[in-house]
Amino acid sequence: MTDTILETTGLTREFSGFVAVDGVDLRVKTGTIHALIGPNGAGKTTCFNLLTNFLTPTRGTIRFKGQDITGMKPAMVARKGLVRSFQISAVFPHLTALENVRLALQRARGASFDFWRAESALDVFNDRARQLLQDVGLPDLSNVIVADLPYGQKRALEIATTLALEPEMMLLDEPTAGMAHGDVDTIVQLIKRIRKGRTILMVEHNLSVVEGLCDTITVLTRGKILAEGDYATVSKNPEVIAAYLGSADA
Amino acid sequence: MFGFSRPQLIAFLVLLVLIVFLPFVLYPVFLMRVLCAALFACAFNLMIGYVGLLSFGHAAYFGMGSYVAAWTMKVWHVDASIAIALGGLTGGILGLGLGYLAIRRSGIYFAMITLALAQMVYFFCLEAPFTGGEDGIQQVPRGFLFGFINLSNDLTMYAVVAVVFLGGFLTIHRIIHSPFGQVLKGIRENEPRATSLGYRTDDYKLIAFVLSTTLTGIAGGTKALVFGIATLTDVHSSTSGEIVLTTLLGGLGTVFGPVMGAVVMTSMENYLAQFGAWVTVTQGVIFMICVLAFRRGIIGEIGNALKLKL
Repeated sequence: MTDTILETTGLTREFSGFVAVDGVDLRVKTGTIHALIGPNGAGKTTCFNLLTNFLTPTRGTIRFKGQDITGMKPAMVARKGLVRSFQISAVFPHLTALENVRLALQRARGASFDFWRAESALDVFNDRARQLLQDVGLPDLSNVIVADLPYGQKRALEIATTLALEPEMMLLDEPTAGMAHGDVDTIVQLIKRIRKGRTILMVEHNLSVVEGLCDTITVLTRGKILAEGDYATVSKNPEVIAAYLGSADA
Repeated sequence: MFGFSRPQLIAFLVLLVLIVFLPFVLYPVFLMRVLCAALFACAFNLMIGYVGLLSFGHAAYFGMGSYVAAWTMKVWHVDASIAIALGGLTGGILGLGLGYLAIRRSGIYFAMITLALAQMVYFFCLEAPFTGGEDGIQQVPRGFLFGFINLSNDLTMYAVVAVVFLGGFLTIHRIIHSPFGQVLKGIRENEPRATSLGYRTDDYKLIAFVLSTTLTGIAGGTKALVFGIATLTDVHSSTSGEIVLTTLLGGLGTVFGPVMGAVVMTSMENYLAQFGAWVTVTQGVIFMICVLAFRRGIIGEIGNALKLKL
């Protein structure tokens, strides 16, 4: 099947008896934005960690572009074109914004084991790095130490860094978590812009973000898929409403 | 040059001038001791300051480098340059083996594993016949460099030590400011993110570790040559602790901090030696003051005050 980019079958992860992810069959179509939603502790982030092999599944398989990637090293998964972001902002705080992006572009050289070469060997990436910063709306911050940036800009920088790898598929873990309203909108617009030619799987709490953005939504509760479909279908599902708002007898 | 910023270049030139002129003012053997300690501290700083891994067993590489250089000089009568190189090679190979095991953990676990492995090296040195056990390897001749430069003169020896130190210092600076060093900084800052960008971080950490232990072995070998002696003190855990202290005191993760730390520590040992055990007490007090009052270390605090990266 060519239109499925990522597929899991019976994906399960147990933590000493506790089943965090329980037999999840997820199918992400090429070129879509797919959201993974669910209440706290539903197993969304664990699911992400499994997909990128930061955790090894107890059972089940993961196929990316038709290839079995279960148990592959996380760095290899990234090289296959499946790149993730993290829930807490994943930047390199004491480097400049330019250096952050460049560290991703540097991957194009292969392994950078050349400790004898001057740093100026990396200058060739500067233009592309500036371009990427501009694309995510951070044009004038090339030489600013990232630790000093406000939160929203860190998230944008993180996306620029991920984009630098030109991934076929991006996994965004709560890209708008902890953001002010204005910033949320900026990120949503950004995701809309970068979706061209890519598949995006995102974990999101903010339902209004999901509504306008995502083609397919999968709802997880207690490690299992509760419902799947577009926003209209999912949001009317009584089980989903119960899971989110709590049922009468909860 | 070598990725020095302007203030760093000025500081480096000052260091260079001091290295050239000080032996005419101060006792060269003392200065050589400082330079060996400084190279050791710089090599150690490569791990703690730029990879963010605290090795608590660097004495193993220093001591083994020292033993191998001393033994090959005394028994095989090899050239001084070969002895120093063999010291570095020993540090590197040992670092590859032990680092391969230790690098899988980080933080306190990495520190404990490196300490445990270094203790094993210590007991190996205590029992192995070639090290001379409690006596160490003594009366090692300084011999000749490149077959014709007689090193028995202190000033000649000093010139060699200065060149070795400067070579090591600049090598470390280049490593830090290379594409490789850039990835190291990424790993130090956020290792999971570096992994998610496709870097096999263990490989980078291991290479950095081997580079650090190689330079440490070179420092140990040079030290053995200067003093004509290699003893258990060089592999002892107190030496590992002292180098941590030296680097912290001077300024962790700064270019010149470890050098400054080595100057202060060695001076204390040298000039306070007449007070016997009080040296250790004084060092302890200074260390506490450092941790409480100026956590960035001497150079770190100066750099911070001047808003410069030194």
